[in-house]
Amino acid sequence: MPTYIHLCTTSEVSKFFSMNKLKLVVVGNGMAGMRTVEELLKIAPELYDITVFGDEPHPNYNRIMLSPVLANEQTIDDIILHTLDWYAENNITLYTGERVTHINRKEKFVETTNGLTASYDRLLIATGSKPFLLPIPGAELAGVIGYRDIEDTNQMIAAAKQYKHAIVIGGGLLGLEAANGLKVRGMNVTVVHRNAWLLERQLDQQAANMLQQSLEKKGIQFELEANTQKMIGDTDGRVTGIQLDSGKTLKADLVVMAVGIRPNFHLGESAGLTCERGIVVDDHLQTSDSDIYAVGECVNHRGVNYGLVAPLYEMANVCASHLAQLGDISYQGSVTSTKLKVTGIDLFSAGNFMGTDASEEILLHDTISDVYKKIVIEDDKIIGSCLYGDTADGAWYFQLLKEHTNIQGIRNHLMFGKTSIEQAA
Amino acid sequence: MAKTITIRPDAVKLETKSTCCYCGVGCGVVITSENDKIIDVKGDPDHPANFGRLCTKGSTLHHTAKLDARGLFPELRTDRSTLRERASWDTTLDHMVERFATIIAEHGPDAVAFYISGQLLTEDYYVFNKLGKGLIGTNNVDTNSRLCMSSAVAGYKLSLGADSPPACYEDIEHTKCLLIAGSNTAFAHPIVFRRIEDAKANNPDMKIIVVDPRKTDTAEFADLHLPILPGTDVALFNGMLHILLKENLINQSYIDQFTEGFEAVKSLVSDYTPESVAEICGISQQDLRQAAEWFGHGPALSMYCMGLNQSIHGSEKNAALINLHLATGHIGKPGAGPFSLTGQPNAMGGREVGGMANLLSAHRDLANPEHRAEVAQFWGIDEVPAKPGKTAVELFDAVKNGEIKAVWIACTNPAHSMPNLNNVVESLQQAELVILQDAFNNTDSNQYADVFLPATTWGEKEGTVTNSERRITRLQSASSKPGEAKHDWEIVVEFAQRLERKLGKKQGLFNFPTTESIFNEHRESTRGRDLDITGLSYDLLVKEGPQQWPLKAGEQQGKARLYADGVFATPNGKAQFYAADYKETADVVSADYPLHLLTGRLRDQWHGMSRTGTIAQLYNHVEAPVLSMHREDMARYQLIDGDIARIHNQRGSLNISVQASEEVKLGETFMPMHWNSQNMQGLGVNALTTPAIDAKSKQPELKHTTINIEKLDLPWTMTVMRRCQHLDLLAEIRKLLPQFDYATCGLYGREHNGILILQASHHNEPDSKIIAQLDTLLRMTGDIGLLTYDDVKAGISKRILVESGSLTGVRLVGESLAKDWLKQAMLEADFPTEMQRWALAPMRTPPTGQATRGKIICNCLDVSENEIIEVCETGADLVSLQHKLKCGTECGSCVPELKRLVKTYSISKVA
Repeated sequence: MPTYIHLCTTSEVSKFFSMNKLKLVVVGNGMAGMRTVEELLKIAPELYDITVFGDEPHPNYNRIMLSPVLANEQTIDDIILHTLDWYAENNITLYTGERVTHINRKEKFVETTNGLTASYDRLLIATGSKPFLLPIPGAELAGVIGYRDIEDTNQMIAAAKQYKHAIVIGGGLLGLEAANGLKVRGMNVTVVHRNAWLLERQLDQQAANMLQQSLEKKGIQFELEANTQKMIGDTDGRVTGIQLDSGKTLKADLVVMAVGIRPNFHLGESAGLTCERGIVVDDHLQTSDSDIYAVGECVNHRGVNYGLVAPLYEMANVCASHLAQLGDISYQGSVTSTKLKVTGIDLFSAGNFMGTDASEEILLHDTISDVYKKIVIEDDKIIGSCLYGDTADGAWYFQLLKEHTNIQGIRNHLMFGKTSIEQAA
Repeated sequence: MAKTITIRPDAVKLETKSTCCYCGVGCGVVITSENDKIIDVKGDPDHPANFGRLCTKGSTLHHTAKLDARGLFPELRTDRSTLRERASWDTTLDHMVERFATIIAEHGPDAVAFYISGQLLTEDYYVFNKLGKGLIGTNNVDTNSRLCMSSAVAGYKLSLGADSPPACYEDIEHTKCLLIAGSNTAFAHPIVFRRIEDAKANNPDMKIIVVDPRKTDTAEFADLHLPILPGTDVALFNGMLHILLKENLINQSYIDQFTEGFEAVKSLVSDYTPESVAEICGISQQDLRQAAEWFGHGPALSMYCMGLNQSIHGSEKNAALINLHLATGHIGKPGAGPFSLTGQPNAMGGREVGGMANLLSAHRDLANPEHRAEVAQFWGIDEVPAKPGKTAVELFDAVKNGEIKAVWIACTNPAHSMPNLNNVVESLQQAELVILQDAFNNTDSNQYADVFLPATTWGEKEGTVTNSERRITRLQSASSKPGEAKHDWEIVVEFAQRLERKLGKKQGLFNFPTTESIFNEHRESTRGRDLDITGLSYDLLVKEGPQQWPLKAGEQQGKARLYADGVFATPNGKAQFYAADYKETADVVSADYPLHLLTGRLRDQWHGMSRTGTIAQLYNHVEAPVLSMHREDMARYQLIDGDIARIHNQRGSLNISVQASEEVKLGETFMPMHWNSQNMQGLGVNALTTPAIDAKSKQPELKHTTINIEKLDLPWTMTVMRRCQHLDLLAEIRKLLPQFDYATCGLYGREHNGILILQASHHNEPDSKIIAQLDTLLRMTGDIGLLTYDDVKAGISKRILVESGSLTGVRLVGESLAKDWLKQAMLEADFPTEMQRWALAPMRTPPTGQATRGKIICNCLDVSENEIIEVCETGADLVSLQHKLKCGTECGSCVPELKRLVKTYSISKVA
């Protein structure tokens, strides 16, 4: 490693150990921040006094499991990752429902909406992201929501009890999960999607068509290549419908906007940290201020924002190591893979599954079991894959992809899994 | 008489007696039909040829009674550049008459020719012969018997004076020494072989000698196998006679009393010492002596077939073998005599009516002016032309050089069965008029025909046939004529009556309202001849059953054996020794063509497969064309099993899969004669065979040629399998064969679940359009039930189709390791989901471990080689094997193979 950035000398460290602990303040009580703390506690349990601020009134929960909660498969309790007891046991001071609004880098403290302050030696920003709300007329109507947190989920559950028609704008992972959950809860659901096929960032058209057919069988309706022009509301200010750019109107008692997320980096930006569609971090997750680290969806690493859990955890791991003053690992960026959390639908994609000019693909399509598999290969290495219906080998492909394994010798077997190679041997 | 056996309110089941239409054994069959549809066949228990038995081919005859490979309407084209179109019989026959009349007027009667078949009934043959020789005035009437039996005929006539096999099947039970020469009886005449097996079981002292370059199943059964070098039969027989003389095993008094010419032969064979013969034939002196000794002690019966006949010295091979019988007196007695096995069901009957270019009615000779005069008088015409007609090979040469303008082919397939096929194809392309009369439309000759005449076939036809032992059987029809098909004799008679009018000839030569009227005229022509059947009638044949000739007026029974009295059919009544020197084959091995290529038969196919090739289960024993080679030769040419090689000589070439075989000797290769362009890319083995003919019999040497071989690198491969309920699909697939460097197609499975299989290889990746076209043809496109795998870069494209839970289609391009287990899976009703997952994987077996069955040995009861081997390996003998698996307990055709497997696998286990 060419860089050595850490502030503390060995003598400092021993001083801290013998005297006061260093103070770590974490802004953001979500998955990325808390994973970092958890990792940190594993490797340096005594190094810091830790204070955590979260603006949601909950302990850390598994945000990606909100969809199963919406689909009535799990409860909020099921998805809590760290209970209040855990914070206590680990001597972590937790402030829930407290939004940090200001960082005083000079004095090294933070301040919340309610005027609370906390000083830090090290600050970790993990403010995540916010759902993007389309700036269209009527977006402010009651019954028009994003889909990000427990609050949104509870609103949807409540709406499903009272209302009939739901529109989900956005046919991405989150939108489809919302649509499925609302359908399960008895609503008539239509997904409005801008592109020609669903999940265009995760699936190719063939897989997306199969997915759509499968969701249609569940009763979800789709409006593809459609943009929402405006929301229509009643005199009470509640949404009653939407109008598409085709002029078509659809009834709606609930509109869920799931058209993407935006990194929530305002806090860092206002503190003067270098930001560019996110707080810019280096390979150690350090911001432009060497006492301040950032992880998760709020960061921009090597020009990339991540919105999936696996990269967040990888960042947390590296960040914890540096906070622990070990600093022997670095974050190189992540290759991501995705799954859709809709019961009965297995899909998986990873890497560059649409291919390049120089790539080749292997395709398997089983119209009986509704299985579609695509592996994209370049220079005898897997660079991407997209699986629908049977994702059992997704992890294997992902491993081969990440490890840049030369697959020439097993090329004809790839589609059929490791068993096929063993059988043929 | 057809017999009504059961009556349901809506269905009438009938049983009708007929014969099997395959080989010359002439087995009787009983056909069951229901509402005019043939539904079953079984052996006729009363028929003396088979006593109820049938082989794999005969017992599946009812499966050929379907219409999807049949030509059902007359078709005509007047312009070579167009396709034939359906036409009425009137239009078609008038067109033919017009063309014949014109050609005859412009070029004389010898500008037309008839090339007919040993599969026609005697009555059909009779009218064809009379049409050519009686009405038109040409002797250009030859038949595929020329390719089959004419050397046997020449041999009989040279030695015994007439074309009359002197022995009968019963002699098998009486003989002490059976010499089988040039015949794989176990495959080609299975019911005779069953009788040989029984005889051997009842009389273990009986000695069986088999002379064959190949170690066939017949040879495996022998007490002594003489694997002579190809074509050295004359040397062998002369060498045996040499030893018989030395050992004083000859019958001098018989020679003195009943024969002539022995001295010349005696002096000739004095040079054929055991040392020299052993060397010429490539056998040991000890084996040679053993053979001579067993034969000498007798009584000796010899059975022989194409190995002797299909040779440029075929007549001499026959005569040299008959010499042995004459020298020992093993003739005209129970268990003794020379007995040619006839290849076709009615080659005998054809010769009886004189249906060959050098013959006239009732075994008369065209070369004999008295015989010509007798026939002219009998027919009531001025004369029968003296000029000999063209025999098969000569006939097609004359078509090619324009001497013959029009050729009428009936019930045979010269574009498959003639030697040097490239020449025959050119000849058919150059003819002015090609008429093809056939029941089937799936023959190689079909494409060259300007006129197609749809004929009736087995089960529909009625008339008479004569089998190998001179036995005449009356066939009755079990179902009516399909479409607009007519009986062969009807077509000829209708044409002849029109031609009589057109040519302004005396009318009435063809006043034949029924087959019986034809039979009766033929019968009258035999009066006083060696084959006199004046005592026979249709009624008698029905009431008393099949009869052997001769059966003169007033006699109650025919003759089981000829020449019992020592009086032969020669002018002076004496049998003639014929001194024949050994001469080599037409093609000899050379630096250019270093390998022998032998041709022969498969157990479950017959001739060009127009009939057997329509039945899935008859492919289970051997699925596709293969060249068998000795393992060491394969190593020398760097070939391994399944490689595709190009075999070639000065006449043609063929791309074929090669396989090591214990059957062939070093330096020899073997390819079955059945395969043709209906089942493979290429014309079949006859693209390579020599047109050289025997000077006396004019029979070509179809059994042997020489070749070179080279391995082909055809990296692109494809396997297609599709459930096939209708042969139309197979017909369409056939059209694709020429697109590939190597390709074969055929069927597999059983009647209810038959599949078609197409295998292809090519030197590069063919246009993807061909594959797309194929998928459409196979109805393997769309979104329902299809599983596909595509790796364009690797050149792999695979798809399977599952319909109603069963695997019904497989198309593998670029990689086809799974083809064997998928093939088996296609025969099952259910294709489980867990197997579907593996269907496209590059795996020889699915992970669930389902074993592949291997080739089907017992076709009747569907028992495979692997199942048999498994039981054999427990140490089972034949009896316990049959008890356990039931294999070989129905038709018995596979018993020789079962014995071989028991021998190989049970013994190896014990050892």
